[in-house]
Formats: sequence, C-alpha cells, structure tokens
Amino acid sequence: MDVLVSLAVNGLATGMLIFLLAAGLTLIFGLMDVLNFAHGGLFIWGAYTGVWAYHMTDSFLLGIGTAIVIGLALGLVTERLIVRPVYGSHVQQILITLGFMLVLQECIKVVFGPDQKVVSPPSYLEGSFVVGDIVFINYRLFIIVIGLVIFFAFYYLFKKTRVGLIVRAGVMNKEMIQSLGINIKLVFMLVFMVGAALAALSGMLHAAYSGVIYAEMGLEFSILAFIVVVIGGMGNFKGSLFAALLVGLTQAFMAYYVPALSLATNMLLMAIVLVFRPQGLFALR
Amino acid sequence: MSDFLELRHMKANIEQYHILHDITFRVPKGEVTVLLGRNGAGKTTTLRSIMGLNPVVGGSLTFKGESIRNLKPHQIANKGIGYVPEDQGIFYDLTVGENMRVAMKKENGETKARMEWILDLFPDLKKFWNKPGGQLSGGQKQMLAISRAYVNDNELLLIDEPSKGLAPIVVEKVMESIHQMKEQTTIVLVEQNFMMASGIGDRFYIIDDGQTVQSGQMNELKQDGVLLQKYLGIS
Repeated sequence: MDVLVSLAVNGLATGMLIFLLAAGLTLIFGLMDVLNFAHGGLFIWGAYTGVWAYHMTDSFLLGIGTAIVIGLALGLVTERLIVRPVYGSHVQQILITLGFMLVLQECIKVVFGPDQKVVSPPSYLEGSFVVGDIVFINYRLFIIVIGLVIFFAFYYLFKKTRVGLIVRAGVMNKEMIQSLGINIKLVFMLVFMVGAALAALSGMLHAAYSGVIYAEMGLEFSILAFIVVVIGGMGNFKGSLFAALLVGLTQAFMAYYVPALSLATNMLLMAIVLVFRPQGLFALR
Repeated sequence: MSDFLELRHMKANIEQYHILHDITFRVPKGEVTVLLGRNGAGKTTTLRSIMGLNPVVGGSLTFKGESIRNLKPHQIANKGIGYVPEDQGIFYDLTVGENMRVAMKKENGETKARMEWILDLFPDLKKFWNKPGGQLSGGQKQMLAISRAYVNDNELLLIDEPSKGLAPIVVEKVMESIHQMKEQTTIVLVEQNFMMASGIGDRFYIIDDGQTVQSGQMNELKQDGVLLQKYLGIS
C-alpha cells in the first residue's frame, strides 16, 4: 500500500510538472494554431537561469522569479522573431521551432557549460514526513500544490474574467474576436509569453525535483507535453491537467513495475486517443 | 445628410483571387442602405473588406471622412463599426452571457441600459442566458449576433444576411429588431430576401460580378420590374 501511495504522489508531482509545460503548449497550440517545438528550450532555459539565480542568491523564490522573467522574455523573442513569420504553416513552424529548440539547447552549453548541474530543493522544502507507513516527500507535495494553485488561478482567469473569455473566444473564432475590437495579435503575444513563462517555471521546479539538469532534458520532457496536449485536447486547460496527471501516473507506475515500457505506454495511450477521439478527450470541438 | 461611410472604386481580393473590381457607394447617417445582388456577386466580400477581414487592394474607404483602408479589423471595429457576419460568428462554447460580455467594450451604465433594451427585444436571450451559444437555434444565434454588435455604442452596423436559413416567423422578429435599431444607428444590410430588404431599406445598391451596377431609393426599385428581373431574378 505504501508503495502505491508513494508512486501515486510521485506520479502526481511529475504530472503537475508536465501540466505546467503542457498548459503553455496547449494554449499556444489551441489559440494560435502554432506547433511550438521550441517549448522544451524555454523549459531548459527556465531551469538553468532559475538554478543559477538560486545558487547565486541562495533564494529558491528568487530562482523561480528569475525563471519566470526569463520565460516571459524568451517567449516574447520567440513569438516576434521565430513564430510570427510562419503563422499558418505547420511545416514551417515545425522546422523553425525545432531548429530554435536546438539553438536554445546549444546556447545553454555555451553559457552554462556542457556538464550536468546538481540541484537540491531549499532546506525548508527538503525532507519528508510519515503518515502511517507512508512516506511523503515535501518537495513533491510542494510541486503538487503549486500545480493546483496555477491550475485554479488559470481556471478562474478563463472562466470568470473578460480576459479569459477573450482568450477562449479567440480559440473558437479569431476573425469574430477582431471584429469585436480586440487586438488578437497582442492577445496571441501575451498568451505565448505566459505559455513560455509556465514552461520556464516547470523547468525550474523540475530541476530541484530531479536533482540534476542537463541541456537535452527539454526535448525529452517536451515529448511528454505533446502527448498530454494530444490526449487532453488542443487549447483545453482542464484537459491538459487531466492528461498530464494520467501521463505522470502512468509514467510513475510503469517506471516502477515495467521500466522498459514507461514511455511506450504513454505513446500507446496517445495512439488510442488519436484513433477513437482524434480531437482529444476534452477538445472544445 | 452627410456621408457616413463612403467606398470609392474599392477593389478587394480573397487570397490570390480578385473578387471586387469596382465597388462604389455612400451610406448616409441614420439610414439603412441595402446591398442587393445574386449569390456570389460580392456582397459579403464587400462587408468583410469594410471590416478589414479581406485585403483592400485599390480604391478608397472612408468612415466619417477618415480613411480606414489600411486599418486592422480591431481598429476598424473600435472606430464604432459593429459587424454581424453571415455565419453569425457565435462563440459556440461560451454561454449567451459570456458572448455578450466578450463583446462589451465598457461595462458602464449606458452599456447596461443597451443590454436591458436588447433583452427586452429578445427575451429568448435572457431565457437562455447560461446556455452555450452553440446550442441555440438558428434564430436565437442570429439574435445573439445582432445583440453583440448592438450592445456597444456603435455608430454603424454591418449586417450580413440576417434572414438566411431562418423560419419566416423568426425572420419577422429579426426584422422588427433591425427596424427598432434603425432609429438609433446607421445600418448597411446585405440581404437576398428582397421582400424583407425592401421593407426596411431607405436606399439600395446592386452589386453584380464584383461591381456596383445600380443604385437609388428603395421605393423606386420596388416599382422597377426590369431591374428586379435583370439583377435579382424577381419577376
């Protein structure tokens, strides 16, 4: 029983990290119809710059803040310089964003060096506590809480505020939203920046979760995020949370019981969804 | 009366295709101007071009004396032009209330008063306030689309085929609403249903093959059997 609960907590924490990465991706995908393969690059830049600030100042919160600011800035640069010229062409988007992903990845090695970096959570988030026979690791619970806070914050934003309604309406009908006097390009840019900031935050939180960061982890992690977007449905925040938790839990349990099939199971899950519900489980339409 | 909207020799494309060759018309303030013509003549493209949704490649386009030719759709809308597209443009996953809220540029007393006026005009919208727009009937969607354009203090409404696909009783209701809006705003109406258009319009322009070919007062057109037969197929 204790193993099952530990695996579940582990899976939920991994799922939340994937959710943070996938949430930005699904917004960018759903609202802007942009296949952003550079998303993993924003993830690693968030991880490296956040960890750098954390180590320099010994403040984990400052590390998180730095990752978010770098994510916003890189999101702005990516949208204006890389994505904007290729709106409307998926093939060009895949090529240019994948290329930019590799550039971001190699730049990490140039700026921070090619070696892996070891990271540990701050002292106040380290350690664990026991309930019955079950051990709960503090940092994993912290990630779950952060993921839930962000989910509910965005859920409120999308459901209750006019800004959120505009984003949702923009996903459904871009022409009409412009005809109502709303600058959809500005909305696109802000959504892209927020999506990038979520990816960077996810990278920073993942750094202290996995204990080690390396330049290639962005691409590896973004594959899971794409699986989540496909399963959850493009542009759907709730779908992303559900799918991310499903993928995280599957990953955790399979890694424990049948490690060799860990990624394959998630791929299979995605394939089943694509066959029976290609628009995703929670797709808007 | 002063010309509110003026198009002079406007040319517009849809992708690489040259659709509008020479559209010229004037819309006086406070009137309902009806664009008539057969299917595919270019009426919808004309409205879309005014809104900046199709690129205007030639001619001039002015609103209240100011060129709007090179403006973006949101800039044109913010000049005070409301648009009701042919497909109604309902945000299907948003409720009726949310559709209205997205459209409202301000939430002040004046806008709220307009909203109340709309809900009195279309009680169905109040009844289905929390229902997703995609689940409304065709007539209710049209009412919502018109309401969304009218809720702001727009000085000009562009309404594209409001009677399309609606039952006659619903058409009557929609037309009655446009009649009432006519008292407060200027309207450009695209309409295939001549009976309906002639009951509401003050002046008309006939568009044929991407060009304006005839114009005049609506009362004159009603009497002109030759013109009706030639361009609208009405005998």
